[in-house]
Amino acid sequence: MKATTGKRPFALTRNRLLTIIALAAFAVLAIIANSFFDAFMLRVFNMCAIYIVLALSLNLLNGFTGLFSLGHAGFMAVGAYVCALLTMTPELKEMNYFLVPIVPWLRNITIPFLPAILIAGLASAFVGFLIGAPVLRLRDDYLAIATLGFGEIIRVLITNAQPITNGAQGLKGLPRYATTFSVWVAAGLVTLFMVLLMRSSYGRAMKAVRDDELAAEAMGINVFRVKVTSFTVSSFLAGVGGALLGHMITTIDPKMFTFMLTFNILLIVVLGGIGSISGSVISAIVVTILMEALRFLDEPMNLIFFKTEGLPGLRMVVFSILLMVMVIYRQRGLMGNKEFSWDMLQGLFVKKGRKEGDHV
Amino acid sequence: MSENTSDLMLSTAHLTMKFGGLTAVSDLNLEIRKNEIVGLIGPNGAGKTTAFNVITGMYYPTEGKVLFKGRNITGLKPHSITALGIARTFQNIRLFKEMSVLENVLVACHMSINTGIFGATLHLPGYRSRESEARRFSMELLEKVGLVHLAYEKGTSLPYGQQRRLEIVRALATKPKILLLDEPAAGMNPQESRELMDFIRKIRDEFDLTIFLIEHHMQVVMGVCEHMYVLDYGVTIAHGDPASIQKNPKVIEAYLGVD
Ligand SMILES: Nc1ncnc2c1ncn2[C@@H]1O[C@H](COP(=O)(O)OP(=O)(O)OP(=O)(O)O)[C@@H](O)[C@H]1O
Ligand SMILES: [Mg+2]
Repeated sequence: MKATTGKRPFALTRNRLLTIIALAAFAVLAIIANSFFDAFMLRVFNMCAIYIVLALSLNLLNGFTGLFSLGHAGFMAVGAYVCALLTMTPELKEMNYFLVPIVPWLRNITIPFLPAILIAGLASAFVGFLIGAPVLRLRDDYLAIATLGFGEIIRVLITNAQPITNGAQGLKGLPRYATTFSVWVAAGLVTLFMVLLMRSSYGRAMKAVRDDELAAEAMGINVFRVKVTSFTVSSFLAGVGGALLGHMITTIDPKMFTFMLTFNILLIVVLGGIGSISGSVISAIVVTILMEALRFLDEPMNLIFFKTEGLPGLRMVVFSILLMVMVIYRQRGLMGNKEFSWDMLQGLFVKKGRKEGDHV
Repeated sequence: MSENTSDLMLSTAHLTMKFGGLTAVSDLNLEIRKNEIVGLIGPNGAGKTTAFNVITGMYYPTEGKVLFKGRNITGLKPHSITALGIARTFQNIRLFKEMSVLENVLVACHMSINTGIFGATLHLPGYRSRESEARRFSMELLEKVGLVHLAYEKGTSLPYGQQRRLEIVRALATKPKILLLDEPAAGMNPQESRELMDFIRKIRDEFDLTIFLIEHHMQVVMGVCEHMYVLDYGVTIAHGDPASIQKNPKVIEAYLGVD
């Protein structure tokens, strides 16, 4: 081989090779997980993927466009419900809607998962667009409050539209379509989408809006359009995430989609680094696993000297403290707004190596 | 002026901007011709920046209108005004703080890259060629103003003078017909100011521009401006060529105790 690979459109550099190896290793891990993990562990593993989708969708808004939105759970609810209603069989719907019968036009619709999830995303995007157009004229904290309000409104609407959504009873027994394969493909595609978007001129325009709205506008960027686009796309992704979540837990009800859910995703985004794709991915995995690993905190504990009765919510206290510590000591989160790279990893080890060398 | 009006680049008619009870700009009537370098001077708080903000669509004027090449542009959004060919810099530098020098310039090319979110994300061929054209154009601009060696540095990490220069380059990247500079020499020593004025003249010639610039030290722009407007408390107290401005008793009075 000659060392003239530089001009080839796809040169196999060391970093690319490492990336390919890492992805292949992950694929193997996913296959192993899928066939050997017990049901609980597999669920946690797959939940990581769903939270990656959700964290990235929120980061697109908060981190990359500088729009502080707190209505995410509402868009997830729209996606979850639309997808569920599209995939459930008429018999299943019959069984669920025992208090108030389902509206006839929804009763007989049953379509496969892939088109259903896309329609769910589009429905959520449409709602996002309708809400975004008026709300995005507001600034900063007003925007947060308004989106928080809209998130709640969506939830209340779902609770009350009983002939369509089955109200507070929720929907049970959704087909378990969110397989290891489908959730991780979704996570992969969304990550890829974000990486490509942020490397493009449109991504730059979003970051310009985040950094300085006035200057962005003066550079000829239609700030309002960029904001609405970002909000709509983010809603689409939230809808897809919500749909995946529904088809993984197989039960959805309005109470799932409270502000707490938005808070969990916000936590992931802030811990990972506002404006970092790799930060969100790493943080989604770490937080999801920790959430499950720390579940024992909520349960009664026997600490030899004293027993706790079980404090439901202690887990969230731990996470909230973690968040506060992060905000105080490492404001920009794990990754700041940087992205993971192999060179960065190498830099980490080289520095360490040098330090060790100093001591010898 | 007796010349024909066809080379009129930017003009305003009875432009007035009030903030509550305060009249920041009052009955401003500008006439800026193609390839001129025109100065807008006046003491602190005279309403110079406000005039820029109204011209570039950041504020909607209380009265009057703004005409660009004879077309009424009053009330257009700032980004549409930029698209027509009016670019500006800011008095307090407003670079994109998380971006490199090159990216700052590329943002200004977004308009000419003219892409939707999907075309850009999928890197469709049309987008790709326009993006690489924008990169080439941006590097060329940076080369021309001597910032190319700093292309990958963070914009806000540059020394002050270079940040000002970068703001100008960024504005140039929108391919303007007229460039509005808000106190470009602020914070510079006399030597740097002189260099900047040469630079402004150079870009005017090279990019076939018209330049409208704010300065509150009259002396700085005396040499470079062909025409000047003097504001004081929002009122145009004088306009004309630098020599006549310098002798104007109203101007001298307004500037008494300032310089
Ligand atoms: N958005 C605003 N709301 C209220 N008042 C304003 C606003 N912008 C400017 N002003 C007021 O209008 C007057 C003119 O301000 P402007 O910034 O245009 O002055 P300037 O000539 O640019 O001064 P400087 O040399 O200090 O930059 C000032 O009294 C200022 O306080
Ligand atoms: Mg000013």
